Amino acid sequence: MAQATSPPDLTRETADPTARRYSVDAAGLGRWRAGAFAAPALLLIAIFLVFPALWVLYLGLTDYRLTGAAAADPKVVGFDNFLSALGEPTFWNSTWLTVQFVLGSAVIGQVGLGFTIAWLLRDRRGPLKRIVEGLVILAWILPSAVVSFLWVALLDADGGTLNALLGTGDYAWLLEHPMLSIIVFNTWRGTAFSMMLYGAALGNVPPSHLESARLAGASGWQQLRDVVFPHIKGHILTNLLLISLWTFNDFTPFMITAGGPDGKSEVLAVHVYKVALQSGQLGYGAAVSTVILLINLVVAVFYLRLLRSKK
Amino acid sequence: MAAIELRRLTKVYPGGVKALDALDLVIPDGEFFALLGPSGCGKTTLLRTIAGLETATGGAVVIGDRDVTSVQPGGRDIAMVFQDYALFPHMDVTDNVAYPLRIKKVAKAERHRRAGEVAARLGLEHLMDRRPGQLSGGQQQRVALARVMATQAQAFLFDEPLSNLDARLRLEARTFLKKLQRELGVTTVFVTHDQAEALAMADRMAVMEAGVIRQIGTPAEVFQRPANTFVAGFIGSTPMNLLDAVVRGDTLEVAGSAVPVPDSAAGLLADGEKVVYGVRPEYNAYAPKPAEGSSEGALAGKVVIVENLGASHLVTLDVNDVTVQAVVPEGSEPAVGDDGFAAPRRDRALVYRDGELVTR
Repeated sequence: MAQATSPPDLTRETADPTARRYSVDAAGLGRWRAGAFAAPALLLIAIFLVFPALWVLYLGLTDYRLTGAAAADPKVVGFDNFLSALGEPTFWNSTWLTVQFVLGSAVIGQVGLGFTIAWLLRDRRGPLKRIVEGLVILAWILPSAVVSFLWVALLDADGGTLNALLGTGDYAWLLEHPMLSIIVFNTWRGTAFSMMLYGAALGNVPPSHLESARLAGASGWQQLRDVVFPHIKGHILTNLLLISLWTFNDFTPFMITAGGPDGKSEVLAVHVYKVALQSGQLGYGAAVSTVILLINLVVAVFYLRLLRSKK
Repeated sequence: MAAIELRRLTKVYPGGVKALDALDLVIPDGEFFALLGPSGCGKTTLLRTIAGLETATGGAVVIGDRDVTSVQPGGRDIAMVFQDYALFPHMDVTDNVAYPLRIKKVAKAERHRRAGEVAARLGLEHLMDRRPGQLSGGQQQRVALARVMATQAQAFLFDEPLSNLDARLRLEARTFLKKLQRELGVTTVFVTHDQAEALAMADRMAVMEAGVIRQIGTPAEVFQRPANTFVAGFIGSTPMNLLDAVVRGDTLEVAGSAVPVPDSAAGLLADGEKVVYGVRPEYNAYAPKPAEGSSEGALAGKVVIVENLGASHLVTLDVNDVTVQAVVPEGSEPAVGDDGFAAPRRDRALVYRDGELVTR
């Protein structure tokens, strides 16, 4: 058939009006029916995500309270809440603690430990790998309430497991080292995600590249620097972005230290809960939430920039 | 530059797979040596064990006068080109070529100078700022070669260096590689599964099967006188005819015809012995009718298939239900169904007893 190799007949395609429409409407549903299928999901997103977010933005501009006169008749106060937050030492204290929490437990703890475990287990097969991975993932999938209770039981001054193990009497870990406690806790809790992500990423590093570096005489560290990290740079940045944001907004520390003692572990998520729901300053709490949102945006944009500059 | 010597080298993988079985091999200084064999024969394991990427289970690897069996790959003073070239995608050509020098802490100016020198020799000087992703397959291969050359190592190891190139480029690269190795004079071991590549490039070659070397020799030796039926069947672009035969005095009875005992086996066979008669299709003269005076000694059959090899044709004859192949020059190929005669060259035919070549 000579015609098989001739170019496709273009005139026929443009003559048929349906031909073009199908290319944008692959399922052939048409605009209205497709919209009907998407509507329930969009509605749920609007009710449970978009509306609360806008509501928080609005609340932050009012003096709305949980109880009292301002609860019945909130007034718009403009940026007063934001200004008072910026002048409030407890807000800055919480921001600083959150930075410590994110850097300590996410960037250093989870990424460092997750990568280290993934790197050490990369060539291993068999029971050791399965046991380590199983334990790490178990810490990740247990419900927050359960693990919080376990960690309180571990660190408690009165008959805590750690004191029993170390023979440190009735040392009050949660009171003496509240930040360290929640940082170690959150590292333990969240390492699984990074470990699995790096485990998969390391599988993509071509073995011949590592071997080539080994033949050149590269040390373990040089292999990481020259072969592994350049290959998994995108994975590292994505991982950092996700766990930074997750850790920033994490509320689980509340279940271990309740922000105490004396605000020494009151990260921003806990701070918002305390001012908004325990002190009842809903407007002020909403304003701080908005600030958190802005910080998250800045962090996200920073990582996305880095990711893009890589390509 | 140095010789490579393997003594009783053994590699057993966990799980009991014996990849190398007490292997002895000496590769003299400056030789271009090919390791050839079907996949899974252990040739790549052998190369990687020389490199130190695999640890030997037993035996010794000696490079130069140094026993390097327990030396790390980086300390063996060897360089390797990988099948996928293993160029670092985030480094430009200069940095890739200079990488081993950087690890050896050569100053930046000096290593860039050396990288430039080597790259210029391989015609890469205009590509020095490119990343590997911006290079063609052939250029990438030359960058990998440049990296190896810049190390000035004692020996080079190539793992299937041509298999990632397309067929035409492969031929060019083959010639280029052979010329380069000649000029550099560095002991080079290369692994290939392509027998034509090994025959074309190597000074000497080893044919491997299941962890053992079945034959070592020059390409000519291996091609003309395969030491056993495995090598005979593996080497050659058209497989050798290996036909069951029975010794009848001065002749061999093959597929109902009588052919003279080949020169190489003359006087070494007992009457009535069962052997295998081997002759390459290239050494099998085809004729449409028996030649004058030498009608005996030819295998008479019917043409079953004619395959075009370009400048010649491969004719498959059915000789009393035994398949015999012969190469016929272009222009004189028969038609399917013709009667034909294949006369093996007496000085090229071989006899195998229990799979091993019968020879003096």
